[in-house]
Amino acid sequence: MRLEILKTYKLFIGGQFPRTESGRYYPALNKKGEVIANMCLSSRKDVKNAVVSARKVQLAWGEKTAFNRSQIIYRIAEMLEGRRDQFISELVKQGISKNKAEEEVNLAVDRIVYYAGWCDKFAPIFSSVNPVASSHFNFSALEPMGVVGIFASETSSLIGLISLILPVIVGGNTCVVLASESLPLCAVTLAEVINTSDVPGGVVNILTGKAGELASTFASHMDINALFYAGSDEALLSELQQKANSNLKRVYSYTYDWGSEKGQDVYIINDFQEVKTTWHPIENVGGASSNY
Amino acid sequence: MKLKKEKSKLVFPDLSSIPCIDKVGVEERVARFQTRSIKDASKEQALRMVLNMIDLTTLEGKDTPQKVKQMCYKAMHLHDAHPGLPSVAAVCVYPSMVAVAKKEVQDSGVKVASVSTAFPSGQAPLSIKLEDTKFAIDEGADEIDMVISRGKFLSGEYQYVFDEIAAIKEVCGKVRLKVILETGELITLDNVRKASEIAMYAGADFIKTSTGKIQPAATMQVTYTMLCAIKDYYHKTGIMIGMKPAGGISTAKLSIHNLVMVKEVLGSAWLTNEYFRFGASSLANDVLMQVLKTETGIYQSADYFSID
Repeated sequence: MRLEILKTYKLFIGGQFPRTESGRYYPALNKKGEVIANMCLSSRKDVKNAVVSARKVQLAWGEKTAFNRSQIIYRIAEMLEGRRDQFISELVKQGISKNKAEEEVNLAVDRIVYYAGWCDKFAPIFSSVNPVASSHFNFSALEPMGVVGIFASETSSLIGLISLILPVIVGGNTCVVLASESLPLCAVTLAEVINTSDVPGGVVNILTGKAGELASTFASHMDINALFYAGSDEALLSELQQKANSNLKRVYSYTYDWGSEKGQDVYIINDFQEVKTTWHPIENVGGASSNY
Repeated sequence: MKLKKEKSKLVFPDLSSIPCIDKVGVEERVARFQTRSIKDASKEQALRMVLNMIDLTTLEGKDTPQKVKQMCYKAMHLHDAHPGLPSVAAVCVYPSMVAVAKKEVQDSGVKVASVSTAFPSGQAPLSIKLEDTKFAIDEGADEIDMVISRGKFLSGEYQYVFDEIAAIKEVCGKVRLKVILETGELITLDNVRKASEIAMYAGADFIKTSTGKIQPAATMQVTYTMLCAIKDYYHKTGIMIGMKPAGGISTAKLSIHNLVMVKEVLGSAWLTNEYFRFGASSLANDVLMQVLKTETGIYQSADYFSID
């Protein structure tokens, strides 16, 4: 007889897997109400540490070439594909059928590939050269917002997480993610996937815990530049919006069915980009006429 | 109480009588300093104290007068958006920048410290080191941060190191002398202890861990070893020597651990910038962010604090 080796679900901060600094935990239950794992119950300090890691690496991540980011993100898909059985079994544990679970994992891999492809393409689509009435070139170019706080979908463990993280990091942002409170298993396993796929430590940080408890810390944190909320709790969203005004964070809320076609969209990448417009003086060379 | 030291009374320390350093013991002791629970009210005080102990430092080949001016402004106006903050203890610059810095800080209470003696390597003849020090003092330096000759030290020429420090102290006169041991190059804690003894007996007012150019710099183990040397020296002579860890202390948390250590090893008398300093360039902003965090409960962003 072999001793059963159970997995310890930990946090993912700065490329490390620490336990919560608070030492607290909560039980994750399946649909029958049985305990399937003990999860870290993250504290404000964990959020703070995660933001520090995310900030530290943001410039370097944003400055990587789009091609390189694309390769790295494609690698996440490769790694996830290799671990599909583990994801399927975790999804089943959390209470969906084997078929549904397989479908969700397939979709997750495909979605990562979809976003990997967008890395070097969204910028040309959303940037522009603007007509102006003086001798200037006028460009609008995209820049990442910085550190994005993500509240994952409460109802979908894997696809609802992938669909939020990917459009954010594709655009050169780094993120601090709070996983679904009731369906957290895949989040921690996804962290292991991300950690083995050339994504620099700190680009994605994943915490588990209660959104209600941490919302205020995320929203008021001066070093988080945007929030991405995929839940349906109006009161929580309103709290996020109010407290986000301290440093004028952007707050985006989507209520998509992440398992559907609509759950992947280049416009979500664009939502987490700032537009920078530059005026560049030009001389009117040789009397040539130009609209620019 | 600080007794007046006289040059003629300088005696070379008896290096055979100094204790051996138990590295494991030091590490365990240091680990315990980091587990103290510090309540909010104490933390707030500690953070302000840290600010007031900082030697704001720029020691780059690319330093320009404008950069130094900018840093001096920062030294006196840490974060004007938040009134009531102390200024730092001193600015620390190369000798060539002393005049610029002195003109900026004037009588604001912020002192000007100058590195000297062919900083950071110290690989120059004594005559040049003396000249270097004289120049800095003539330009208006209030404090001198000298480096010891690590090469001589490591090859066992302790007397040379001792005499050199004594000679620099003679040039300094009343100007406060900090002696940089560059512990990252001394290899063992025993050597750190030995170098501390030599420096203190040769007339140092402060002993300082590092230049900031070599890693590891001010680890807590090294600082602890030096604090113990200061304690023993105080018990023997009644003279209080100051301590300056420099390099690598860039977070508020680490700086508070250091204060805890000073308090527990040496006592409260050392908890003033007369006897304890942090040599740092990026610590101030982290501490400022923590000050605002403790007061408002909101985590801060470096974007809202001036770089220098």
